[in-house]
Amino acid sequence: MSRLVVGPFNRVEGDLEVQLDVEDGHVRSARVNATMYRGFEQILLQHAPLDALTYAPRICGICSVSQSIAAARALAGLAGVQPPDNGLLAINLMAATENLADHLSHFYLFFMPDFVRPVYAERPWYPDAVARFTPLQGSQQRLAISARKRWLDLIGTLGGKWPHTGSIQPGGSTRAIDAAERLRLLTRVREFRQFLESELFAAPLERINGLSSESELWAWHAEALGQGDFRQFLQIALDTGLEHLGPGPGLYLSYGAYPRADGSMVFPRGLWNGVTQCAQALDLDDIREDSAHAWLDDAGGPRHPADGQTQPLMEKTDAYTWNKAPRLAGAVLETGAIARQLIAGQALLRDAVARCSATVYTRLLARLLELAQVVPLMESWLIALRPGEPYYRAAALPDKGRAVGLTEAARGALGHWLEVEHGKIARYQIIAPTTWNFSPRDAQGQPGALEQALQGAPVLPGEKSPVAVQHIVRSFDPCMVCTVH
Amino acid sequence: MNTPFRVLWLQSGGCGGCNMSLLCADTQDFSAMWRSAGIELLWHPSLSLESGDQVLDILEDCLQGRTRLDALCIEGSLLRGPHGTGRFHMLAGTDAPMIDWVRKLAAVAEYTLGIGTCAAYGGITAAGSNPTDACGLQFDGEHRGGLLGADYRSLRGLPVINVAGCPTHPGWVTDTLMALAAGLFAEADLDIIGRPRFYADQLVHQGCTRNEFYEYKASAEKPSDLGCMMENLGCKGTQAHGDCNTRLWNGEGSCTRGGFACINCTAPGFEEPGHAFQRTPKLAGIPIGLPIDMPKAWFVALSALSKSATPKRVKQNATSDHPLIAPSVRTPRR
Repeated sequence: MSRLVVGPFNRVEGDLEVQLDVEDGHVRSARVNATMYRGFEQILLQHAPLDALTYAPRICGICSVSQSIAAARALAGLAGVQPPDNGLLAINLMAATENLADHLSHFYLFFMPDFVRPVYAERPWYPDAVARFTPLQGSQQRLAISARKRWLDLIGTLGGKWPHTGSIQPGGSTRAIDAAERLRLLTRVREFRQFLESELFAAPLERINGLSSESELWAWHAEALGQGDFRQFLQIALDTGLEHLGPGPGLYLSYGAYPRADGSMVFPRGLWNGVTQCAQALDLDDIREDSAHAWLDDAGGPRHPADGQTQPLMEKTDAYTWNKAPRLAGAVLETGAIARQLIAGQALLRDAVARCSATVYTRLLARLLELAQVVPLMESWLIALRPGEPYYRAAALPDKGRAVGLTEAARGALGHWLEVEHGKIARYQIIAPTTWNFSPRDAQGQPGALEQALQGAPVLPGEKSPVAVQHIVRSFDPCMVCTVH
Repeated sequence: MNTPFRVLWLQSGGCGGCNMSLLCADTQDFSAMWRSAGIELLWHPSLSLESGDQVLDILEDCLQGRTRLDALCIEGSLLRGPHGTGRFHMLAGTDAPMIDWVRKLAAVAEYTLGIGTCAAYGGITAAGSNPTDACGLQFDGEHRGGLLGADYRSLRGLPVINVAGCPTHPGWVTDTLMALAAGLFAEADLDIIGRPRFYADQLVHQGCTRNEFYEYKASAEKPSDLGCMMENLGCKGTQAHGDCNTRLWNGEGSCTRGGFACINCTAPGFEEPGHAFQRTPKLAGIPIGLPIDMPKAWFVALSALSKSATPKRVKQNATSDHPLIAPSVRTPRR
């Protein structure tokens, strides 16, 4: 058996190291190390509660709006306020803009470039992949960066700037969109739709959204081989066995995305059980964070985040990461677009996951399908805005109380647990999507989702940073700065 | 321009937002923008193919002089803790603290840039109890020193160039790198805390769309109000250095245009203003932070006068999220 230490990873957000024990050309076990600690849960203490709206987005420069929303919802819970309809729509629009920008960046900037590595030089699709996806040279990557820039201009109008907008407040949005601005935003969304329909899907979004099974997907794929980057991905996935690479734990978590005024959500909250293929209710009380293998004080054992603590402690023999291990009733969960779409009942994705579970292929498929689904939703939300009516509702914060703020970042379930005493933040605990996905072992020795997904991954002779490992790691679209915060 | 100007971009104790912001640079073709300026991204965390051992080879080539490192761009604070060990950020795959890598690379860099307020002065990561002992490359808050020390100079003789902002503006980064690559940047182009003067010699107030409200001290009272945010909502645009309201962000944005206060994010210490961010601290009803270069007595006198002269339109619109009264139409007399 030999050991490989792989890092620094790039084309993930933040710094990441993976330790692999390799035997007979396969990963036997993996340990995931989030190598950086900044201490936001300590920094936030003793500040005015609304100051969380300045600090929390700065946990992460790629999930910034999501962090703002989680903080704003925790504060809204404390104040007992809900944004007016326009405010809800404006915040959903910003959340969707960020999430889709992240999906786009993930596909074109982070994930696909690995297929231009020389290890694939003999594959039939290789010259085409090089032409499309080579960093800073590939035709499609260059178009995608340009489309992404234009796309994020939506938040320039809706929220002043991205990342680190301050417009998202417990009572709604500080930026009322007028009738002319609404039309400009619609034009910008349609421009992005045009990019997706001509470059990514080579098909109308409605056609993609109408595919309800894998057989329909592959039939559609065969209609126009090589047309569009999605078809190219499918070709590569089939050829390289991504369908079976990097299986996850089989239990999926989503806090639900895009709330409506009546309290329901466009993509509902819950769990998806990959064995029974059924949705289950989520009980937040079942969450515990286990710091047995983190360089953090774990006195008292696993804690619910409402009762959580974060105190660095380097002198621990079993620790190998700064990340805690969140568990739900002891179980390891996977979160992300795949969880959102399984729980929401996306037919094609449910079909694909029933066949091959959560793998590199289905994680990618889930994001791309979400791109196709959410753009038309955004068009409808813009139409639903009522210029002239309020975007913000004022509310006073109590001096004391507890609340939780939940949202879905691009990468999955994000929660902020807040406690206020004497008008100051007395406790602030954050569980980010990659905290779940890249968690270390817990006190029972149970590996986290990525650690499980890496077991069995092939390692080719002479590889120091195995390409299969890179595919699996990036298939989660990890955000390491959120993970530890 | 035969040899490219090589840029190495590394991240430490920050959020990655300055890098994400950079990708929003206002250009049709991001890679052509660099290439046409003679700039090569030697390694970049979001873009480069190289990962793992390949990255370490690139760093080693710089350290051994096999690759000339023209610009070392560091994003994020430098984490000195715990107890000076730097172990709050070990560069993955190396078993060495990131602060050691930064010290070594800064010694071989032609120019060293602090990208964002974290790398410049410590920034958000240094807020609160500063649990990681975070600092900037050459500043620890407002004090010279930081990781590299007050006397540090890169090979070209410049101190660290602080492209401060939280996040920094993509144009601030591209303009600085392009000026450096073209040999058009000298020490005189930095202000006294190391920021490029092309953006730091301007105030956020300049070009603010709320200036009519400011003139009459017609103030916003709650978030989303259209009025000036200086009196009540913590806005520091009249004191903050940056061309945010003339250069604009993400198309047509800026903090004040987004309806929230400027928090002076290009300045050292912005992360701990000593008051709640969204509330203006006052003494006897007068904001403590007055517009830069403005004597207090004049501010008080002018405020009183302008408040009493405020047109009804401006006064009413100031506390609404959309204009209630349009400017009256005056037809030219013949």
